[in-house]
Amino acid sequence: MRNSGFDVLLSLNNLRRLMLGLGGTLEIAAVSVAVSVILGVLCGFAMMSKNRAVYALFRVYLEAFRIVPILVWLFLFFFGSAIVFGANLEGWFVSVLVFSLWGTAEMGDLVRGTVLSIPAHQWQSAEAIGLTPWQVRRFVIIPQTLRRIAPSAINLVTRMVKTTSLVVFVGVTDILRVGKQIIEFNMMKNPMASFWIYGFIFLIYFLICYPISRFSKKLEEKWSY
Amino acid sequence: MRRTMVKFFGTTILLGMIVLAGAILTGTADARTLDEIKAAGRIRVAVFADKPPFGYLDEEGKNVGFDLVIAKRVVKDLFGSENAVEWVLLEPANRVEYLEADKIDVVFANFTVTKERAEKVDFALPYMKVAIGVVSPESAAVKDIADLKGKKLIVVKGTTAETFFASNYPDVELLKFDAISEAFQALTDGRGAGLSNDNTFLFAWANTNKGYTVGIPSLGSLDTIAPAVRKGNKELLEWLNEDIQKLGAENFIHKAYDEALAPYYGGTVNPNDLVIEGGVIK
Repeated sequence: MRNSGFDVLLSLNNLRRLMLGLGGTLEIAAVSVAVSVILGVLCGFAMMSKNRAVYALFRVYLEAFRIVPILVWLFLFFFGSAIVFGANLEGWFVSVLVFSLWGTAEMGDLVRGTVLSIPAHQWQSAEAIGLTPWQVRRFVIIPQTLRRIAPSAINLVTRMVKTTSLVVFVGVTDILRVGKQIIEFNMMKNPMASFWIYGFIFLIYFLICYPISRFSKKLEEKWSY
Repeated sequence: MRRTMVKFFGTTILLGMIVLAGAILTGTADARTLDEIKAAGRIRVAVFADKPPFGYLDEEGKNVGFDLVIAKRVVKDLFGSENAVEWVLLEPANRVEYLEADKIDVVFANFTVTKERAEKVDFALPYMKVAIGVVSPESAAVKDIADLKGKKLIVVKGTTAETFFASNYPDVELLKFDAISEAFQALTDGRGAGLSNDNTFLFAWANTNKGYTVGIPSLGSLDTIAPAVRKGNKELLEWLNEDIQKLGAENFIHKAYDEALAPYYGGTVNPNDLVIEGGVIK
């Protein structure tokens, strides 16, 4: 009988290496998401500025990250900074930088859009009952914003987790790259290795992203009227 | 307060953009000289991590392969220890960029010498010779380029095979992949009539994957494979060439062949067809 090739997943060495790769993936994703959420909120409020120049600036920043593929940004910072400045940025740092910049821009736009979607009468009514500007935000606007923003923010997070697979192009070792290396090593004697390894990686990505998406559902339910 | 913050962030980002734009228009990275590498105590060598038998990771995740055997010896000749090295793992498509951006000192990644590449990097003396081949299923063997008419040919981006077909046979439809693993997966999935890559690699693959044959063993001109350094890094290049000549005197490349390639090719290939000693093509 032909070898099913499943034993490629039974090797402790392979599993250990895949987990190390997963560590790389999660590290970049976690740091970038954290930075994006914090800076994204600030960025969102900045984008609501009445100052046209400020608004235009953030618009350009946001569109730049939407239009130009993330891979190009990675190359721009990784190779560009070295060729141009002689600054040899580590692949890891470049990845976190680019993913944070991207996440911040997207998160900022989500915050801006969501806050603006709160009807004006919410602000006016809150003021009319005598709440201070801080109280208006704390008790009226922010709770409503949070509920509205949860689904799209979670969507952004899972997108960021998945997009981290691009970091191999700037020399970072993530779970996908380790998977490829194992597949190549086994290619001659176990052509089915790719099926099992990619299947395993699929499962891992699912196990990361699915709970996040469940969590957002829970939040929505909890915060609904 | 909010205004100040808005201004602060606005200014920071604006400044960042200006700096970046200015940077793109000026300046370059300098390659490390031989003395600087020696002073650093470590050389940065780019190798493949997914191209057996030339450069790949074994079960424990260690860098091994034919390129690695030679590279390790070169590192040893330079520092007296083969551990004074930082292995940088890269993909075929960005070997030139890694050198141009000075992310590495030397490439030992099965780098085929071509005119286009020689304009951007400096190649040292070659240690191997190679041509392009086409591997296909035995049941529908591609024996001639004419057999590819109206069919898809699988290639890896940034390889000699891609350039060869794109410039000489624009009629052949190419199916391009980033990684070698994906390309072979596509072939076994039947997504193309054949796969073109360096013949050395195809022989090994066909030797272990039953049902496939290298129908076209040699195409185009005979190419050589050599280490490369950043364009203009003269000292390092000269030192490397001297070392390769020294290795030739002791027939070291044949030893590397026996160690890394012979197990893959079996007895079917004559080492002298592949190996170059001391940079002299016989």
